[in-house]
Amino acid sequence: MAAQSHHPSHSAAALIKDALIASVVAALLAFPLLGFRMQDSAQGLSLETRLTWVLYAAAIVFLGRLGILVLRQQLAGRNFRISLPRPGFLSSVFAHETRTIIAVLLIIIALLLPWLPFSDRSLIDKATLILIYVMLGWGLNIVVGLAGLLDLGYVAFYAVGAYSYALLSLYFGWSFWICLPLAGLFAALFGVLLGFPVLRLRGDYLAIVTLGFGEIIREILVNWQSLTGGPNGITGVARPSFFGLPMLPPSGDGTSFSEVLGIDFSPNHRIIFLYYLILVLALLTNFFVLRVRKLPLGRAWEALREDEIACRSLGLNPTTVKLSAFAIGAAFAGFAGSFFATRQGFISPESFTFIESAIILAIVVLGGMGSQIGIVFAAILLVGLPEWFRGLEEFRMVTFGAAMVLIMLWRPQGLLSHREPTLRLPQPAAEARKHG
Amino acid sequence: MGKGSTPLLKVESLAIRFGGLVAVNNLSFEAREGDITALIGPNGAGKTTVFNCITGFYKPNQGTVRLQRGERSFELQRMDGHLIARKAGVVRTFQNIRLFPGMSALENLMVAQHVMLMRSSFYSVAGFLGLARYTKAEAQAVELARYWLEKTGLTSYADWQAGSLPYGAQRRLEIARAMCVKPILLCLDEPAAGLNPRESDDLNRLLLDIREQERISIILIEHDMNVVMQISDHVIVLEQGRAIAGGTPAEVRADENVIRAYLGAPEDEELPDFVETET
Repeated sequence: MAAQSHHPSHSAAALIKDALIASVVAALLAFPLLGFRMQDSAQGLSLETRLTWVLYAAAIVFLGRLGILVLRQQLAGRNFRISLPRPGFLSSVFAHETRTIIAVLLIIIALLLPWLPFSDRSLIDKATLILIYVMLGWGLNIVVGLAGLLDLGYVAFYAVGAYSYALLSLYFGWSFWICLPLAGLFAALFGVLLGFPVLRLRGDYLAIVTLGFGEIIREILVNWQSLTGGPNGITGVARPSFFGLPMLPPSGDGTSFSEVLGIDFSPNHRIIFLYYLILVLALLTNFFVLRVRKLPLGRAWEALREDEIACRSLGLNPTTVKLSAFAIGAAFAGFAGSFFATRQGFISPESFTFIESAIILAIVVLGGMGSQIGIVFAAILLVGLPEWFRGLEEFRMVTFGAAMVLIMLWRPQGLLSHREPTLRLPQPAAEARKHG
Repeated sequence: MGKGSTPLLKVESLAIRFGGLVAVNNLSFEAREGDITALIGPNGAGKTTVFNCITGFYKPNQGTVRLQRGERSFELQRMDGHLIARKAGVVRTFQNIRLFPGMSALENLMVAQHVMLMRSSFYSVAGFLGLARYTKAEAQAVELARYWLEKTGLTSYADWQAGSLPYGAQRRLEIARAMCVKPILLCLDEPAAGLNPRESDDLNRLLLDIREQERISIILIEHDMNVVMQISDHVIVLEQGRAIAGGTPAEVRADENVIRAYLGAPEDEELPDFVETET
């Protein structure tokens, strides 16, 4: 039966031994994770032990492992293995045309989302949050995915954008639409500022310096109390207006959004408006990245990622190529940051910790370096899942971590890592096609 | 034998030390316009170091590397690497091939035309707006790329990932890429290394073609004496950072210093087949 199998059939004892080892490992892991629970009572905190949970976990793993082993043996003869789809699976499903169709579908869904029957305020809020990260992912993709510069401090530019908008609107009363480009510009300046000292660094060293840069920016925000309000942050950041019409309850003088349009006021208007705003900003980012990839600048970024020395030998100036990647990547974080500030109405350094940088980087890596659609799925997974897992309470992050581990085991190169050439040789000669 | 008589590249009393190691010691030589000049010598003689000085990857401790391009003369030892390629028109290949492996062969050739494309697209702005000015420049760039893909026999590989090409094709692609920069001097670091005899013959033809048709001067480092003796106009022999001989292939072949350098090397250096051990 198992003539062709790579796994010769084992005796029952060997199977049980294998399953026992797995359950011991599970028990060891479960001991600190499940075995204890903080109890908050009137007397203060106390530690409750739940050793039975550890036993349950071990038992589940034992039975599960045994089940998989037995099943595998049963199916081995039929040359069939229980496994996740082959790594090539997604890339083949997402061939070039399919990808375009999926992209169009995604955009249509995104456009219609607020009007779908099941959509409510919380769904739109979540979608807005995801879109912020999609935009940040697309921005960071320029630096990490295209130019190959590992940046662990990307959140610094996000912070610069947020604070630029908050401060400009606070001190000068400028509107969101004036501040948006300025926030991008300031963030780009900071991108260049970071770029200069790290010009000679690559890989791990670059990552360390960018990490430090992110922390420096955050520390400045915490400590420059007179300007940034320190750890208390800035409250009452101006809300965006609908091209000059404030989205406020009717004030009676006929200047608010609902009055001008002659519709009933609803707080949802602003939520939906914010959703469309970030959707447009994110799509603009995407459009920019897709287009610039096919231009000399984008190709230079990719060439820099591939081989800096070869770049120099061809007359490309690595300095300007790097700085442009840092600056343009940072500008998009700046735009996203000012959107974040106007959406929250309140910003503080707490929103710009290292974990944010890590999540954005994880989105880019998980999506498959350089893949635009991959980033969308990765953002949904990484930002959406923890939100939807809230029902799981304390196991939320464990589930999240497990999902990450599974994905990385399955596709270490990211969800969609296939790279399309930015241009193909137009073929006039028929004989050339024969070989291709 | 050299057709050109004007010196294109003039290296004078070049020296470079790495700590206590003297890699190149008071080296002077010339490469004439329209010539194929070969640098040969045993391993560790400093050939690649000389290349690195010419192309700006190392700064020499002493000496000058002067390049004459029309009316203008460039002191290469003072210039940044990318400006040497951009302004002086000296482009090199590498001993261990340095392509952009994740990009397609055609994209590799497009990156080589970066400077021209950036300029004609106002640093990509015109390209972003889709202006005709850029579209035209890009079409020209594709045509130049096609021309070199054809010359190097890589047309059918145009859309392949450069890193997945066969070894010989990668070597040819690197030369095609260098030619897309439109250099006046092409520096090839062991272009025949790892090629089989047929590929090496093709390479000879390609290099002669570059010299005859494109009128590009070439300096090459090579261990394959078949290549060196067949196509070089001028051969310079290095040993321990010094030039011990220079001349036409025939002259070098008969030079006593060269024979001694190859025969008398302390390690059992392979005896190259060009050394004629006539009595």
